[in-house]
Amino acid sequence: MSHATTTPAAGGPAPGATPRLSSARLPRWTPWVVALGSVAAGCAAGLAAGLSSKVQWGLIAGLLFVVANFALTARVQGRRQARDRLATSLVWASFVLALIPLLSLLWVTVERGLKVLDGYFLSHSMGVIADAETGGGIYHAIVGTLEQVGLATLMAVPIGLLTAVYLVEYGTGKLAKAVTFFVDVMTGIPSIVAGLFIFSFWIMILGFQPSGFAGALALAILMMPVVVRSTEEMLKLVPNELREASLALGVPKWRTILKVVLPTSVGGITTGVMLAVARVAGETAPVLLLVWGNPLINMNPFEQGQSSLPLYVYQQYAAGQSASIDRAWAAALVLIAFVMVLNLAARGVARWKAPKTGR
Amino acid sequence: MAKRIDVSGLTAYYGTHKAIEDISMTVEPRSVTAFIGPSGCGKSTYLRTLNRMHEVTPGGRVEGKVMLDDEDLYGSSVDPVAVRRTIGMVFQRPNPFPTMSIYDNVAAGLRLNGKTKKADLSDVVEKSLRGANLWNEVKDRLNKPGSGLSGGQQQRLCIARAIAVEPQVLLMDEPCSALDPISTLAIEDLIGELKERFTIVIVTHNMQQAARVSDRTAFFNLEGVGRPGKLVEMDETERIFSNPSVQDTEDYISGRFG
Repeated sequence: MSHATTTPAAGGPAPGATPRLSSARLPRWTPWVVALGSVAAGCAAGLAAGLSSKVQWGLIAGLLFVVANFALTARVQGRRQARDRLATSLVWASFVLALIPLLSLLWVTVERGLKVLDGYFLSHSMGVIADAETGGGIYHAIVGTLEQVGLATLMAVPIGLLTAVYLVEYGTGKLAKAVTFFVDVMTGIPSIVAGLFIFSFWIMILGFQPSGFAGALALAILMMPVVVRSTEEMLKLVPNELREASLALGVPKWRTILKVVLPTSVGGITTGVMLAVARVAGETAPVLLLVWGNPLINMNPFEQGQSSLPLYVYQQYAAGQSASIDRAWAAALVLIAFVMVLNLAARGVARWKAPKTGR
Repeated sequence: MAKRIDVSGLTAYYGTHKAIEDISMTVEPRSVTAFIGPSGCGKSTYLRTLNRMHEVTPGGRVEGKVMLDDEDLYGSSVDPVAVRRTIGMVFQRPNPFPTMSIYDNVAAGLRLNGKTKKADLSDVVEKSLRGANLWNEVKDRLNKPGSGLSGGQQQRLCIARAIAVEPQVLLMDEPCSALDPISTLAIEDLIGELKERFTIVIVTHNMQQAARVSDRTAFFNLEGVGRPGKLVEMDETERIFSNPSVQDTEDYISGRFG
């Protein structure tokens, strides 16, 4: 942006046919002023018309913002810039629109969750505390979530990784196509169906008891396609030249994959795995079916019921007492924090392992 | 150390498409052989058949014989991995491993093949980097990533990586086409030094480069779009550039082609 092109807006429309490179431009702070003005106008219009819903105020403000931006730019700078500004304001408006539910969800969860969230809550189980009583904690649910998700990860990640390596590095022809197709189908499996499958296979046919491990099996089914897809995309991003460079050095293919292809894409693969973990950490349905829940601490995922954070939230909320609903919010907050920490960790690993450039 | 390559009746395919047809030639040891010809005439494909890199491409298939001294590279008991250890390759675009440091890039060939003794590795790395005229520029930053080097340095790093495994033959596929004249000069000088120890085959689009660095030159051409590329003639470089025996060669070299 050179100084020659930022003449003040007062100049009016640009001189018509003269082939000059500079023309009237709005100052750079214009969109902000327009945004503030539209919010004010939206509130005023809402008050004046007696609209009770703040959503309507916001919609009016957003609409005003887009229209005013367009009209102002069209008046001062011309049609092309106006269309550019229109697209930009639509993008911004959508961004704000997408952000509102996220922030409001986070706000409500933090506000209501902090009420009972403390060290005691994190380090104690529910024990024999009744729904209506205060006290109790989520230690047993945290243990359950960690063990179930951990076991699911241990099962799903190796299988998913190897499948992706097969698809990208070895698979050709019908088998690879079929595998890709079924992985896509698996991505769309509702979690309750995965739960029912394990229920009928593991518990009804093989006759095992409900346990954390049974839940982990269902979670693994849900994780696997996500791991396969994300790993596949990451492996495809590795330039073929690197594989050829390695092969041309007389390195066998398996070593090339292990030492060149996977390290180059490890950042992206880690991110994919973490996203898959985050996805299954919030699953309730298969846990409800297969793990059953347990108000006591059960460290052994292979025997008897366990709890897990989403299941705990569901059960406490379903109990309907004010004390139990407080506990549900606090547990939800812990679950969100857990997933967020995982995502941050994934980003950290991705940045740390990313191919380095600098000198 | 350096070995002779004897090719007879070599035809290469991509799936059903015949890329090059019936090529026979001899590449002398301890010399530089240049391949020239228009784009798409199969020079690179042919080069890649010489160390069995062609079959890495899906659908890649080869007929004919490539003898390295007295062994047929395409014999049924020959391991392509062993072939590639004997015949190294440098590619058009510099492609150092992005996750590895300069040191690790040079050591990659040895390390990935299971040699991991530290003292030996350091010796080989230094020797190879010196061999590629890169040692003085990088000796203080061996642990920095290889992708931080300039294009010319990266290409010399790739050459160092290729000669670190002590191949008999070094194939170079347009090694200077992505480089500026100064880096090109550095690599051409390097080729002159390397031919004391290796048999070198270089594909180039730069006629002057072929004239400068090579002892023998092979001219490839194709009769038309979709037709396989063929070897038109091969001779001493001086003769190819002064008095070629085929008219097409003269037209191509003097720029009157097409």
